[in-house]
Amino acid sequence: MARYGMVIDTTKCVGCMDCVVACQTENDVPVGYARDWITTTVRGEFPKLTMEIRTERCNHCENPPCVACCPTGASHVNDLGLVKVKANRCIGCKACISACPYGARYVHPKGYVDKCTFCDHRVRDGRSPACVSVCPTHCMHFGDLDDPNSTVATLLRTRKWHVLLPEAGTRPRVFYLT
Amino acid sequence: MEHLSRRKFLQISAATFGAGAVATQVAPLSSAAGAAGEVKAIPTFCEMCFWRCGGLAYVRDGRLWKFEGNPLDPQSRGRLCPRGTGAVGSHYDPDRLRQPLLRKGGRGKEQWAAVSWDEAFSFIAEKMKAVKSAHGAESIAMFNHGVGARFLLHVLRSYGAINYAGPSFAQCRGPRDVGFTLTMGTDLGSPEPTDIENTDCLVLIGSHLGENMHNLQVQEFANAVERRIPIIVVDPRYSVAASKAKHWLPIRPGTDLALLLAWMNVLVSEGLYDREFVAKYGLVFDKFAAEIRQYTPDWAAEQTGIDAPTIRATAREFAIRRPASLIHPGRRVNWNGDDAQRSRAIALLNALLGNWGRRGGIYINHHVELAAFPLPKYPKSDKPKADNPSLERYPFATESVTTGLRETTITGKPYPIKAWWVYSTDLIHALPNEAETLKAIDQLDLLVVVDTMPSEIAGYADVVLPEDMFLERYDELLAGWGRQGWVALRQPVVSAPADQKPAWWMAKQLAEKLGIPEAMPFKHIEEYLAYRCEKSNIDFAKLKAEGIVMGPKEPIYAEDGAAIEFGTPSGKVEFWSDQLKQAGFDPVPNFTPPEKPAEGYFPLITGRAPVHTFSRTQSNPLLASLMPENSVWVNGGTAARLGLKNGQVVKLKNQDGVVGQPVKVKVTQRIRPDTVYMVYGFGHTNKMRKHAFMKGASVAQLTTRYKTDPLMGGTSLHSNFVTFVKEG
Repeated sequence: MARYGMVIDTTKCVGCMDCVVACQTENDVPVGYARDWITTTVRGEFPKLTMEIRTERCNHCENPPCVACCPTGASHVNDLGLVKVKANRCIGCKACISACPYGARYVHPKGYVDKCTFCDHRVRDGRSPACVSVCPTHCMHFGDLDDPNSTVATLLRTRKWHVLLPEAGTRPRVFYLT
Repeated sequence: MEHLSRRKFLQISAATFGAGAVATQVAPLSSAAGAAGEVKAIPTFCEMCFWRCGGLAYVRDGRLWKFEGNPLDPQSRGRLCPRGTGAVGSHYDPDRLRQPLLRKGGRGKEQWAAVSWDEAFSFIAEKMKAVKSAHGAESIAMFNHGVGARFLLHVLRSYGAINYAGPSFAQCRGPRDVGFTLTMGTDLGSPEPTDIENTDCLVLIGSHLGENMHNLQVQEFANAVERRIPIIVVDPRYSVAASKAKHWLPIRPGTDLALLLAWMNVLVSEGLYDREFVAKYGLVFDKFAAEIRQYTPDWAAEQTGIDAPTIRATAREFAIRRPASLIHPGRRVNWNGDDAQRSRAIALLNALLGNWGRRGGIYINHHVELAAFPLPKYPKSDKPKADNPSLERYPFATESVTTGLRETTITGKPYPIKAWWVYSTDLIHALPNEAETLKAIDQLDLLVVVDTMPSEIAGYADVVLPEDMFLERYDELLAGWGRQGWVALRQPVVSAPADQKPAWWMAKQLAEKLGIPEAMPFKHIEEYLAYRCEKSNIDFAKLKAEGIVMGPKEPIYAEDGAAIEFGTPSGKVEFWSDQLKQAGFDPVPNFTPPEKPAEGYFPLITGRAPVHTFSRTQSNPLLASLMPENSVWVNGGTAARLGLKNGQVVKLKNQDGVVGQPVKVKVTQRIRPDTVYMVYGFGHTNKMRKHAFMKGASVAQLTTRYKTDPLMGGTSLHSNFVTFVKEG
């Protein structure tokens, strides 16, 4: 089975938030909420500066603390290996929100917890997640990390990268090229 | 370390959007009715900005769902920018104009009566007839922006109007158009034919690609970053582009021309320029070279704050890569009032690189010539245009000057202007010095505003006409300029939510009420569009189905046979300009240092954010939730010295004592200590604009002082100084 992951080139990302808007329309995310977001980190002092711009979302961790702590089984790993939430099983206890070190989850106005799905409905059709497919800078790549010929695997072999909070032991599947 | 994360972001959106939000906004815009319903994808082209990308609009169960790029479209290559993607929010924008409005109370008091379209046009026609009989049709003027103005302008011109202008010239790209026309004989047009895709070195001076989302250029820029070519960014602010650059030159505001002159000095004195190109195409190069010798890097260092070794190093960096080396001409280039000369310097620098018609430089662009629909000729007028009464005033203007028309409206000279049609442009935000705009409005017998949104100027209108947003209407065909020409169709995707109408329909009603129905000799615009397509050998049915039809492939580089021609009077690249000399201007650009602010004041510079266009999108629920307000950027050291904290609310006061709206301070290292920055388009005060009302501060309001470019009438938008007024 494919091990899906996302590889994001921070050197190309301009932080335009197109990925955020595309996710909101594709997935009917309520206005004022977001499943993905932009983080900018500026280091240094004027005029010696560096800046990293990242588009962030659920990392679909291989060791997901949100799944481990869910009392009802609403948070689960699905047949594609993606971390998902079953809205009808979620009681809105927010244990997963506390457990997630990435702030990836929010409580939907309808009472259940919601977050990025890697657009699994599109992935099943062989399409990329909405955020990846709209990005005007082509900074995002999606594919099978285990397929050595995939773009994502190739980029991870040939470029420097990092993941967010590796010390949390979650083994994220969103990688940032630097 | 500065860090803006999700938690912070949600806080911002909750505080500013959630609080005032109506119930419908907590739901998705296009609510999914259970299981996936019927989905249709309809091609059209975008009008969220002037880039006009082709897109596919998805309609689900009759409701607009999402808008994606059309893979056939060369402008977007199938990927829209956030505003395009967010166009869905403009359809559902809760602040949209919904029905024609007639002013009831005093002008600007915002007291309205909703009227029928027929009543609105009867009122307008009566007023227009009165203006025409008292002063002549020349006294009816139009200000416009965007494709939709086509038929309204046509009907006004058919009625005898001769005065029309867009802020896109004097408040935007005009100085560049004129600088390049004087030098190369072409204004570059839109989109600019910059071959960023293939360049080996890119220089951005005052251009913040990535924050302005000029789609194809941003895509090519991102690819350039990936190709690891040297990028040189000149900006007082550490822009997103600067963060991707090999060299960031944090220049003192208003001194770009000094740097450009010194760069030319290095190219000439070190013999790094393209001698062959100059010999073949250049005119009076020797006099230019002699003049340029005075502008040494050491001299420019004093002016710009960029040290001389960096000036030399960056000049060599782009010179050794010529001709695949590009100084981006920029787009909005009205900074300090000498902008046509600044743009001329950019044109000259590109000429020294010999990159005209070369791979990685400025390519030769093409478009499809479409057959015209037979329309009656416009009546002749013996009056001069009123925006530029004597050509001695702005001798090199290539389009009409908005601020010139405004001035004529105030003075009544050379003749009165008594009616304004304002189409899809908010003159209060676009033109400098609001007081002058209001004074001009005071002279009017009729002010008609056509827009999708209650703009600031709509608040002062006599009649407000609500237009369909672009996903709800047909418009004129787009014949785009690019590496390959193309034709795009705009067609309705969804119905308007209320009594909004397309501008072509309004034009037809207007023509009838004015007694000139022959000006619009077709029943429906489809008839017009089909005719033009048929006569141009374009399959209209195919265009409707696919949205885009490409023109023929033609060479874009000299080496492939593209024609290298210059439309100047001499047919050459005019290094030393006799045209300018004859008109009493500097034949080679000459630098005047900018004025220095008083103690405690800072130059206010402005720019764009990727999720907003002008002042149009601030109440779009999708885009507003991502950036509900602007902030004033202040350098960390400066903030510490002034006791300003990040997030603190302040007001800015300018040199004329005008105090702006409350705005949050953004303390950052990403700007020079002597400069402050705000994104423009915020700080709405029209009460109908509920969801953007008083969010952030207006840059336009603080832009009371401006200089007018003596060559072409462009107005400077970066010549105001501000200080901080702390809120209790």
